[in-house]
Parts: sequence; structure tokens; C-alpha cells
Amino acid sequence: MSNIIRVRGLSKVYHVGDVDVPALRGVDLQVERGEFLSVIGPSGSGKSTLFHILGGLAPPTDGEIFIDGVDLRKLTESERTELRQKKIGFVFQKYNLLPTLTARDNIAIAQALSHSSTRPAGFDDMLKLLGISNRLDHKPRALSGGEQQRVAIARALVNQPAILLADEPTGNLDTENSNAVLGILRDLNKRTGQTILMITHNPEAAAFADRTVAMRDGRVV
Amino acid sequence: MINKLVLENLKHRWVRTLLSALVVGVQVMLILTLVGLSRGLLQTSADRAKGSGADIFLKPDTQGTISFSTGQVSEKFVDFVRKQPHVAQAMGVLSQVAVLTTAVNGVDIDQLSKMSGGLHYLSGGPLKGPDDLIIDDYYQRENNKQVGSTVKLLNHNWRVCGVVQSGVLGRLIVSLTTLQELTGNLNPPRVSEILVKVDKPALTHQVVENLNRLLAGNLKAISTTDFVSQFTVSSIPQLQAFIQVITVVTVFVELLVVFLTMYTAVVERTREIGILKALGAKPFTVLDILVRESIVLAIIGCVLGILLSFGARALIMSLAPASLTVISVPDWWPKAAAIALIGALLGAAYPGMKAARQDAIEALSYE
Repeated sequence: MSNIIRVRGLSKVYHVGDVDVPALRGVDLQVERGEFLSVIGPSGSGKSTLFHILGGLAPPTDGEIFIDGVDLRKLTESERTELRQKKIGFVFQKYNLLPTLTARDNIAIAQALSHSSTRPAGFDDMLKLLGISNRLDHKPRALSGGEQQRVAIARALVNQPAILLADEPTGNLDTENSNAVLGILRDLNKRTGQTILMITHNPEAAAFADRTVAMRDGRVV
Repeated sequence: MINKLVLENLKHRWVRTLLSALVVGVQVMLILTLVGLSRGLLQTSADRAKGSGADIFLKPDTQGTISFSTGQVSEKFVDFVRKQPHVAQAMGVLSQVAVLTTAVNGVDIDQLSKMSGGLHYLSGGPLKGPDDLIIDDYYQRENNKQVGSTVKLLNHNWRVCGVVQSGVLGRLIVSLTTLQELTGNLNPPRVSEILVKVDKPALTHQVVENLNRLLAGNLKAISTTDFVSQFTVSSIPQLQAFIQVITVVTVFVELLVVFLTMYTAVVERTREIGILKALGAKPFTVLDILVRESIVLAIIGCVLGILLSFGARALIMSLAPASLTVISVPDWWPKAAAIALIGALLGAAYPGMKAARQDAIEALSYE
């Protein structure tokens, strides 16, 4: 199997005033295509920074980083935006649905932004799998947390991304909904071979993945 | 889809949207009412000039054709003009602004009746005494006066002797001598302008040329046709400048309103902007969304403004039908829309750029 994510010696330093704050201190990581990987670590371990860099939301300071064969260091901001449109699907802890749009339109806007007009084959089946087929015409305020997160998963998948990045996807959910969402992610990975990288601080959530790597103080340990 | 997002965003905060559009609408209404008022006043003045029956107007050579100056023409010129070839009739008129845009016109009533082909009295009759006043039906409606009523104008009490149908010379007609006395134009007797009727209308141009040659440096003759054609906003530089100033103020006020609306929206929707960026929205797309929202605001505001302008027109015409005339100016709707659009786009520029520059990670962590 080929590596869809290849990271070597990745570092990220934030400049806060005159102080340099290292968030990543030489991270090495490989993720195989079709793998479900969880990255676990306490607050401040650098896992969110890794999530942002892998998602093309922030540039690295140093090191190598390849996503689906694309060297992220060479990308301009505009090219990183295109990477987010085509290759990355995001699922956030706080769902991050647009409150003014219905669930259906929240999914559609992701398609519109990537200039795609056709739904992937089997997407309707996926909506059924997610259990939101009959909730698509509701706005986020009318959906439960679990439903919102499942809509967010559908939105993340509508453009058939190479990688699904999930940042604490169950952080705002109760146990029942957490297990449901994690079960959906695992099922999705097994059924479609979708590569998933999930950030979490919860070992129980991490256990749903095929493999877990731990981070501490900006390094993979 | 982007358009749907734009409309849903505006619907989501509908009170703010409506208020912003209303402020834009009030600005549009102001412009349309101002232009309509300017044109309306000029139009009624032109109609009344035509209604006087004169073929030629003679005014002091030193002032513009349209002026409210009083008593600058010696009455001696009236006799001089009367003796010129093809002049059938000449009469002096003294005008004095009494209220707002309404002037009192001092005339020899017999001369005016003859020139205009006769005043149409709705009640009462012509001037008899020195303090008599003829009012037109608009003035009557606005001030609720009847024959026999007393009207105080120019610090003088007048008695309404007749109510005439509007459209002849002015809304208020009094004795020339009395008005000359009241305005200090009796010794030597002066008038504001001289109205001339020619014996053959086809010779009007020839008579104008002759009078201009004879009276060069003193009076300027102009045919009624040419005179009336000058009752346009574009022929009065001061009025044009005033409208331009109001237009600039309107754009500025609208810029501020849209700026505040959009700035608030950008701050309030920081997280949503972060979401859009995470989903792959380019800075231009974010700017585009804000600009489209502003354009929709401007369009709604423009429609509201046009509707409000009808309301303002009806209100003004019912409150002051004699003093103020407002006409509908549909040819100005596109201009007003363009003004609204410019204001909206300028107002959206900074908030839009702020949103476009927003860092996605910071925006996503915004609470």
C-alpha cells in the first residue's frame, strides 16, 4: 500500500510577539491509503497544529509533507485552498455547519466551492448510512449534535476527498452519539476505503481506528 | 448556491437587513424627491408662464432668465415696448416672493385678463380695491381660504376677492401699484419683467430680435417657447450643484450604513468565514459573498426608495399643494439605483476585504 500522507521532520513555530513558540518539533508520520489512524495526545501536544498543516490551513515552518503525492511546502496559499477543495474533508469538534443553510445546502455549498456539480456515486446510500436522509431540509438549529456531526461528515465526503481529517469529532457528543459517529467513521473506512485521520484526546475514541499514534510536546512518541 | 447563501444570510438577520435597506431606501427617496421637487416647481412655473398668454418675456439684461429678483426694470420701458412694431400688448409684472416658493404678482388685472384670454374665476371676481387678492385653487386648498378671507402676506392684510383656476402667471395676484408701494418700487415705478403679446405669433422671433437690438444693455427679450425650455434642472447651475451635493451626501451616508452592516456581519460571522475557508473558499469568494449581500441590500433599498418617493410625493402634495409640486421622475430611477449601488459597494469594500483576509484557523476558533 502507498502512503497517502508522508511527513518527515515536520516543524511549526508560531511567532507570538517577540517569542517563538514551537508547536511541532520534527514530526515523522506515514499514513497508508485506506488507513484509519487516530492521533492521540493531551492538550498542547501539537495534534491540532498537525491537523491544520495536514489540512492545508497553515503552512509548515520546516520539514517534508506530502499529501496524496502533493508537496505541501511548494504550494501557495491559493494552491492550498484548492487542495482543501479537492483532497481534504474536514470534520470538526463543533460541527461547524453554516447556521443559515439547511443540511442539504451545507453539503451543497462544499460542492459549489469545489466547482463540482455531480454527487459521487452511492452518496445517497451514504446519507442513509449516516441516518440523515430525512433530516436534510432542516437547519442546524433543528438538528441534534449527533445529527449535525453526521451532516458534517456527509459534507466532508461529498467531494470524495483523499483524506478525511476529523478533529475531536466526538468532543461535543454524549456517549451514545459518540459511539454512533465513531462507528460510522469506522464503517465508512471499511466499506469505501476512505482514509481517515482522527485527532482525539480520548483513548476510547482512538480505539475505533486501525492504528493510533501518540503525540507529546510537538513530537510523535 | 452562493446566491442562496447570500439570500439566506440576509434572511437570517432580517430585521438588520430590512433596517439597512430602509436607510438606503430613504436616501434613494431623498434624491428622487429632490429631483422631482425641482422639476415639479420648474414645470409649474413654466406652465404658469405659458398660461400668462405672453409671447415674449423681457427681463433685466444683467440677470439670468430664471430669477426671483424684484423691481429691476423701469416701468417706462413698458410704454416703449408697447410702441414697437407688431407688439399688440405689453404689461409690467412685479413679483415678490411671499412664502417659500410662492410669489405675489402685481399686475394690472385688466391687462392680464386681456393677455391671458381671461382668468377663469371659480368664485368671486377681479381685483377692485387696492388690498384685493386673487388666489388660485391650489393656494385655496392649501390655506383653506375663501372669497372674503383675509390673508397676511408681506406684512400686509389682503382680502381675497376671487379664486381662479391655476395656470395663469402665479398663485397670488394683486394690484401692481399696491405691490410697488409695499416693496418700495413705486417711486420711480419699477417692475420685475415685461410680458409682451405680438399681433402675429409667426413674427415672435423677429420682434424678439428687434427688442434685443433696441434694449441691449437694459433688457433681454426671450420668446415664451425659449423661456419655458429653460425651466429645466440642467439650465440652473445652482440647482444642479445642490443635487450633486445631496447625491454625494447620499452616497456617503449609504456607504456608512452598508459599512456598519457589513462590518457587523463580518465580525458576527467570523466563524462562518472560517468554515467557508476550510471548505475551500478563496479570499475572492468570501469578498464576493459580502459584495453580493451589499448589492442585494442596495436593490431592496432602491425598490423601497422608489416606493417611498411616491409616498413622499403624495404627502408633500397634500400638505403644500400650492408651495411645492413634486413630479414622478422614473428617468432618475436608474441613476438612483446606480447611486445606491455605488454607496453599497464602497461600504462593503473594507468589511469584504477584512473577511477575505481572515485567517481560517483563527476564524474557526472564534467564539
